[in-house]
Amino acid sequence: MLKDITLGQYFPGDTVVHRLDPRTKLLLVVIYIVALFAASSWITYALVLLAVLCCMALGHISPGNMFKGLKPMLFIIILTAALNVFYTQGTPILPGWKITWEGIDRAAKMVLRIMLLITGTFLLTYTTSPIALTDGLEKLLSPLKKWKVPVHEMTMMMSMALRFIPTLIEETDKIMSAQKARGADFETGSLIQRAKALIPILVPLFVSAFQRADDLAVAMECRCYHGGEGRTRMKVLTFARRDYIALTLGVVFLIAVILMRKCGI
Amino acid sequence: MAELQVMALSHIYSKGTPFEQTALRNVTLTIPQGQLVGIAGKTGSGKSSLIQHLNALLQPSSGTVLLDGKDIYADKKARREARFRVGLVFQYPEYQLFEETVYKDIAFGPGNMGLSQEEIDERVREAAGFAGVEEALFEKSPLELSGGQKRRIAIAGVIAMRPEVLILDEPTAGLDPGACSRVLRNISRYRRETGSTVVIVSHSMDDLAAVADRLLILSDGTVVMDGTPAEIFSDPERLEGLGLEVPKATEIAMALRRRGIHLEGAVFTHAQLKAAILKAKEDAKC
Repeated sequence: MLKDITLGQYFPGDTVVHRLDPRTKLLLVVIYIVALFAASSWITYALVLLAVLCCMALGHISPGNMFKGLKPMLFIIILTAALNVFYTQGTPILPGWKITWEGIDRAAKMVLRIMLLITGTFLLTYTTSPIALTDGLEKLLSPLKKWKVPVHEMTMMMSMALRFIPTLIEETDKIMSAQKARGADFETGSLIQRAKALIPILVPLFVSAFQRADDLAVAMECRCYHGGEGRTRMKVLTFARRDYIALTLGVVFLIAVILMRKCGI
Repeated sequence: MAELQVMALSHIYSKGTPFEQTALRNVTLTIPQGQLVGIAGKTGSGKSSLIQHLNALLQPSSGTVLLDGKDIYADKKARREARFRVGLVFQYPEYQLFEETVYKDIAFGPGNMGLSQEEIDERVREAAGFAGVEEALFEKSPLELSGGQKRRIAIAGVIAMRPEVLILDEPTAGLDPGACSRVLRNISRYRRETGSTVVIVSHSMDDLAAVADRLLILSDGTVVMDGTPAEIFSDPERLEGLGLEVPKATEIAMALRRRGIHLEGAVFTHAQLKAAILKAKEDAKC
């Protein structure tokens, strides 16, 4: 059951989107988010939606998988919509009602904005392996090393955390089964009882996580890991023609959206 | 009485996704009261999936399991009851220990059954006796003990629920030979003294040969061989084809037979091997 979580999941593939340099994809996501927040009219929203749909089609990501990722956010989306519908001043849709036309318009835009925001970032994690992602991030942030920011250490920690999420989920599943076999009950009882029922899971989980961290540190030292100084890579990131094309398209897209906002379209 | 009947059980993991994987295909078998059944098979043959259905931990894709003729998947109550009647000791059970003291950890299972303080105390002491946990350890933290001790404590934690069927997944994995035979001896004694059914999953044919009345060999989610150890080990080629080994004693007996030494009967434990060799020596003298 816990295995069904698609948080930051990567779907391997061999499409143009998969082959793009992770740095390009990271930059494009930043551009995309700026464009999304610059968008104001329905026409610009449609443009952003079109861009996402194109990328999804190019990356062979099915809408079904996208919706699966959106599901956990459903509550936030509905809450935002409800607040906007009821608390926006304007002309009521029926005399005496709290709901206004402006409210509906704003709520719909907010919902679309949140969904597009999530979809865009999912597009990145669905098509980029965690290793490539952290590699790209390290390269992009490397200028910060001049100011003594430990970029390599930070990205190393990030990739390890990503690497161990599935392992820890599996471990949790196993411990839960073992405690269930001893008659532990996680589903019934008051809130306090249920919180207490978590102790038999959390204690063994922490113990094994610390043990694992220790083992990992020893294994890394055995292989002479000593931080990022002078470290070379197996896969050297290089910009190809498709990256320049993608980035150019991204910048053109951003300028178009900003211009449309300025002109009030 | 506790008879387990597995009825046309199938299990498919992650059904309907690209990661779909069939673990069990249409398994049907009966485990009568009091039998000590060994289950073997190579990694991924479905052993662990099968035993997790015997106490209703995994939901079958189709088929069901009956305990004394009653469906253990009937409703929530039946599932919970099955978990108390069928005790399951997982692989590396020492990772499930969480309490501050050994005593409290063994008492976790009976505590969940809603028993009285005296009853829990009685069961903890009894289970500790069966599993070979010294009472001197009761007030220690389980985390500071050795691997073998932790394993025995975890097994005691399940025995303390007085299950009618005790299932152990690789109970000897990762233990040194001494601790290994000690765990097996304790399990045999538990069965002898309580008359409960025991199911042991193991890679080690030597372990299974030493204790089991009946062996089930799983391959690719189905039971491919089912019989007494003598029957199973009479066909070493087939076992090797399934990626399994025969016990060391059988291997030695086979090698001796190939060299023309006549050994009588089925040989799969050290005691049998010793007896057979002595007998052959005796015969050679005459």
